[in-house]
Amino acid sequence: MASSAQPGLWKRHELFEKHSILLIIGILIVVAIGGLIEIVPLFYLKSTIEKVEGMRPYTPLELAGRNVYIREGCYLCHSQMVRPMRDEVERYGHFSLAAESMYDHPFQWGSKRTGPDLARVGGKYSDEWHRDHLKNPKSVVPTSIMPSYAFLDRPLEFDAIAADLKANRAIGVPYTDEMIARARADVAIQASADDPASGEFQKRYPNAAARDFDGDPKRVTELDALVAYLQMLGTLVDFKLYEDKQNLR
Amino acid sequence: MAATIQPKYMTEGEAGLSLAMFAGLLLCLIGAAGARDAAFGFHAYLGAAASAAALLATLNRYTSRDSAPVPQEIGGKPNYNLGPVKFGAVAAMGWGIAGFLIGCIIAFQLWAPELNLGIEYTSFGRLRPLHTSAVIFAFGGNVLIATSLYVVQRTCRTRLAGDLAPWFVVLGYNFFIAIAGTGYLLGVTEGKEYAEPEWYADLWLTIVWVVYLLVFLGTIWKRKEPHIFVANWFYLAFIVTIAMLHIVNNLAMPVSVFGSKSYPVFAGVQDALVQWWYGHNAVGFFLTAGFLAIMYYFIPKRAERPVYSYRLSIIHFWALIFMYIWAGPHHLHYTALPDWAQTLGMTFSIMLWMPSWGGMINGLMTLSGAWDKLRTDPILRLMVVSLAFYGMATFEGPMMSIKAVNSLSHYTDWTIGHVHSGALGWVAYVSFGALYCLVPWIWNRREVYSLKLVDWHFWISTLGIVLYISSMWVAGVMQGLMWRAYNALGFLEYSFIETVEAMQPYYLIRAVGGVLFLIGALIMAYNLAMTIMGYEAEEPEAEARALTPALAPAE
Repeated sequence: MASSAQPGLWKRHELFEKHSILLIIGILIVVAIGGLIEIVPLFYLKSTIEKVEGMRPYTPLELAGRNVYIREGCYLCHSQMVRPMRDEVERYGHFSLAAESMYDHPFQWGSKRTGPDLARVGGKYSDEWHRDHLKNPKSVVPTSIMPSYAFLDRPLEFDAIAADLKANRAIGVPYTDEMIARARADVAIQASADDPASGEFQKRYPNAAARDFDGDPKRVTELDALVAYLQMLGTLVDFKLYEDKQNLR
Repeated sequence: MAATIQPKYMTEGEAGLSLAMFAGLLLCLIGAAGARDAAFGFHAYLGAAASAAALLATLNRYTSRDSAPVPQEIGGKPNYNLGPVKFGAVAAMGWGIAGFLIGCIIAFQLWAPELNLGIEYTSFGRLRPLHTSAVIFAFGGNVLIATSLYVVQRTCRTRLAGDLAPWFVVLGYNFFIAIAGTGYLLGVTEGKEYAEPEWYADLWLTIVWVVYLLVFLGTIWKRKEPHIFVANWFYLAFIVTIAMLHIVNNLAMPVSVFGSKSYPVFAGVQDALVQWWYGHNAVGFFLTAGFLAIMYYFIPKRAERPVYSYRLSIIHFWALIFMYIWAGPHHLHYTALPDWAQTLGMTFSIMLWMPSWGGMINGLMTLSGAWDKLRTDPILRLMVVSLAFYGMATFEGPMMSIKAVNSLSHYTDWTIGHVHSGALGWVAYVSFGALYCLVPWIWNRREVYSLKLVDWHFWISTLGIVLYISSMWVAGVMQGLMWRAYNALGFLEYSFIETVEAMQPYYLIRAVGGVLFLIGALIMAYNLAMTIMGYEAEEPEAEARALTPALAPAE
């Protein structure tokens, strides 16, 4: 190394080249700066922590459906983040707010659109369409390249779903004690169209749809869960009431 | 002959590892007994089997070795520890082929979705993380571990620190890969790109990584050469920064310590930036800093020239590791991430072009006075071309980080094209070059089995890369333009499915490009296998090369 022949300031770099601990400390300090400056403010700036009217935690059935979505890697082909560009807003709906994914552990904004964005897919298609599409995408979209998910027509494992709500509560999602205690029951209530307890269920989760999503009233399947999740995406915030000016970033 | 009986004692490493593996065995058996889901139980049994095997191997090694510890020097020269390096080199080649093969499969699945087979284990959504982890962490990771453990020894002129620790690193790392890969197929995933392995795999990796840092650092502390060579700055930056990124991005709350599922601690926009602070710097430190270290050792060694500029290496090292960290937000342009963060990410990404090209220039100009070797040495050519691709990718990246450009490219196949020009052109090529150099050196062969086959590898792969990236450029730009196209009446021109249909020919071309790349890798595996077994092909050029002194490892 030619450093001994280097003039003045360059020779100072020897300090790092001859002392590995100083080199490591130097590296750590240098690589920590960018992350601190960019990430820390996101925990206190208004636009990133605002709570928007209508937002609520996922119901147990929706959470189970979301877990299926993550397990199958749906986010690899489908994004959930509408950008504020004219063509995008026209195709998908109002651009996505930060608040709309505030309870998403992990976030599902996605990085690729092999298939369309799903941020506001809720309510756009019937349950039957979703069932047909998931079981055999080509049957409703002939040139689709999406794989078949017919295997989702199997019983959902939800006996221990309360533990998932507890884990989410521990990291900041406002599930109440009542929601956790009723978690398992709420799955069955929401997957049925005429459960007598659905009124109380609606009080716990305003705006949640309770239907037989998979068309099979006798079973609660993974299809129920996934369709329940898809059908609520983007439906929580009423944009007729939301004021854009509040969200200047 | 009667040998004097010397008392044999367990080294600290042997004793410590035996205890740790025994504890691991117990922990895994408890985990398996209480498993809440089948995948967790399966992994717990795998862990138990691996712990038992490691325990037995350690005890066996103690009983069968001599009482004297392995010497640090033999005949006045360092007694380099090459076993773990050999394992890593072979593992890299094997995982590389597996990763490229899975890449070809998922590429064909996009062109012909029947190839998903309708089974959960073979669907694109489960295979894609298998591909990305196999090529980045299994292939790239083993290349980095093997070369770093080799380079740190040679440049410090001392044997690796630790006795069994280097083996723990190499085998422990590959065990992590096995857990991650089997997990993906079984549906075990955290749902964060390039950070899919679940909480228990992440914890295991952290342990392995700490030992890796200690082995690397320990070797540096033992150095006979007062200065730390530039390649080692880059390796250290890679090891230390990856630890920081891994720990923060993988903070998660398991639902149960007896289950595979966990929920990441962050959510929404905070999680988005933590994820892409991590994701972009997985590229910046795993795939760039680490491989620049490789470049800084293997190119000067192979070209028999000194590194071009000492001062340039200082400037671009510190500038690179400082600027890369800020670039994360360019993955989140026009999303719900605040504007100021997007602007910071864009600005630093553009500036990042400079230190990146600093590295490229330093590597290329090292050929100064030896440019003719590009004609005669296909291994050097591979590494120099890797730098050309590095330059290309680190120019394209900043360009795509500009918000206006990104508004077109985001979510399209252009991103995929960019990734693969960097991954295949830079990372894979510099890895191939390094492995072609390393394997003959550590197995004491004069040269690889056949330089002609290296040539074939180079040209077939390069054609593959060109097909890959050009098809994805066209596909990506086309998608972006089609999504935003309006007809004369002011309505959106194309439905989404029409843009999918338009991709078909490009998906096919891309898949063919991938197959060519895989064929190149198979040629390489054959070449390396023949080299290890001691063969040398009879080639007229080889005899001409024999007149020039063979490259011998420096002592």
